[in-house]
Amino acid sequence: MCRFATQNRVEELENGSSHTLRSTFPDTTTGEQLMATAQVMPHQTDPVTFWQSSNGKKVVMAVTGAMMFAFICGHMLGNLQMYEAPEHINAYGHFLHNLGELLWIERGVFLLAIALHILAAVQLALRSQVARPIGYSRSQMINSTYASRTMYWSGPIVLAFIIFHLLQFTAGYIHPHAQFVAGDVYNNVVSGFQVWWVSAWYIFAICLLGLHLSHGLWSMFQSVGLAHPRLSPLLRKAAVAIATLIVLGYISIPISVLLGFIK
Amino acid sequence: MKLTLKIWRQKSSNEKGAFVSYPMDNVDPEMSMLECLDVLNETLILSGEIPVAFEHDCREGICGSCGFVINGVAHGPERGTTACQLTMRHFKDGDEVTIEPWRAEAFPLIKDLVVNRRALDHIIEAGGYISVSTGQAPGGNDILVGKESAEESMDAAACIGCGACVAACPNASAALFTGAKITHLGTLPQGEPERERRALSMVAQMNAEAFGNCTSIGECTGACPKEIPLDVIANMNRDYICASFKRREELPTPVAPAVQRA
Repeated sequence: MCRFATQNRVEELENGSSHTLRSTFPDTTTGEQLMATAQVMPHQTDPVTFWQSSNGKKVVMAVTGAMMFAFICGHMLGNLQMYEAPEHINAYGHFLHNLGELLWIERGVFLLAIALHILAAVQLALRSQVARPIGYSRSQMINSTYASRTMYWSGPIVLAFIIFHLLQFTAGYIHPHAQFVAGDVYNNVVSGFQVWWVSAWYIFAICLLGLHLSHGLWSMFQSVGLAHPRLSPLLRKAAVAIATLIVLGYISIPISVLLGFIK
Repeated sequence: MKLTLKIWRQKSSNEKGAFVSYPMDNVDPEMSMLECLDVLNETLILSGEIPVAFEHDCREGICGSCGFVINGVAHGPERGTTACQLTMRHFKDGDEVTIEPWRAEAFPLIKDLVVNRRALDHIIEAGGYISVSTGQAPGGNDILVGKESAEESMDAAACIGCGACVAACPNASAALFTGAKITHLGTLPQGEPERERRALSMVAQMNAEAFGNCTSIGECTGACPKEIPLDVIANMNRDYICASFKRREELPTPVAPAVQRA
């Protein structure tokens, strides 16, 4: 019995269990003392890996979020070519579609990023739901932004929009009131956005994306552990400013189409 | 002044609880929230009823014993104070004041407004220590500490462990508490030797307990009676990420949580 207990402790010491290090000093402890501590040891649970910890999942969300933000920036700059001659954006679309394997690598990376972002978000949301089974009869928020509290709503709506958006402008399955012409990006955009509800849905979803970014852009720094007493408040303001710029950049196109600036 | 106290009454964790309204006619505006409950309890005792159970000790905002959600805000409407420091002058004559306990799976209710906060103790036990050589007292200037580090550490050390951060967080996350403890010891040279192990163990314990996750919302900082900044959560994440990489062979094993997650 004694030997059995001692052996267990020695194994735990070799595994470098933090709890063991806290309760004994490995260099000086004798067998008897090891057994004594083993008897008062509280019941242990399974170890927590990086991915199992909520902190680790948030790091994954921050990194995948940053990747998607990079895509959003690049996509917006590409879209702004709508203000130039139709040949420009058509040539750009042609260039992107003829990247060959690179295009599929890029698509694979972003699909993986989106999948991980959603997986972590769902798992964390479920965990948080369990963490407060009984809510408050009265609840007043005193220090949080609307954007930060609605991340679980803005995210899925933006996802639904992205699926619709891909079906409309990449695959061409949904293209109401006009014929989708593969390769003619300029005219597809113009004919797509001339339908008022397509533009309205686009503007609404992009505004929600902006809301999501206005919190996510600074929260990702928090998740990866980058904070500074002077720079963090600036970062929060910068996140709102960048999100606003992105929203304006994107929604300017359907608005221009509806107003007839882009024909 | 007249107030109606709407208080959560629950005999024990096994029994169902409900709100009970207690009209009070002679509330002195200079009373603290706890003194107001004392007066209520005196009348309840005189009329043969069971007094309202609530935790308290120092009654000057430094012990972390007291705390409940007042009108939907942890520790009440006044920023940077505990429930015991909240005076009744912050309410208007005729107000209804709703008082309910911290609500979190990790904080099982014991009675009325008293909850079991052992989960926070587990987190401290996991890494809230530093190694000090015994023997003569070290010289005053042996270990030099930069002023900024000292202040950052001191700000985090102000945490009294009341649990308001968990109560205020929509996800019931203990990130601010754990971050405060990790920052408190980790920013000082005395806490440096265990810095990585501390971050790993405390974060593992926090995750083993039935807390939610941090979404950087910031309600915790708003409710914190010591106004601990959100930066401590980033410090925790930084230490945890570095330690997870440097000590990737060591997986910390948390002790059994106070409440098993459902």
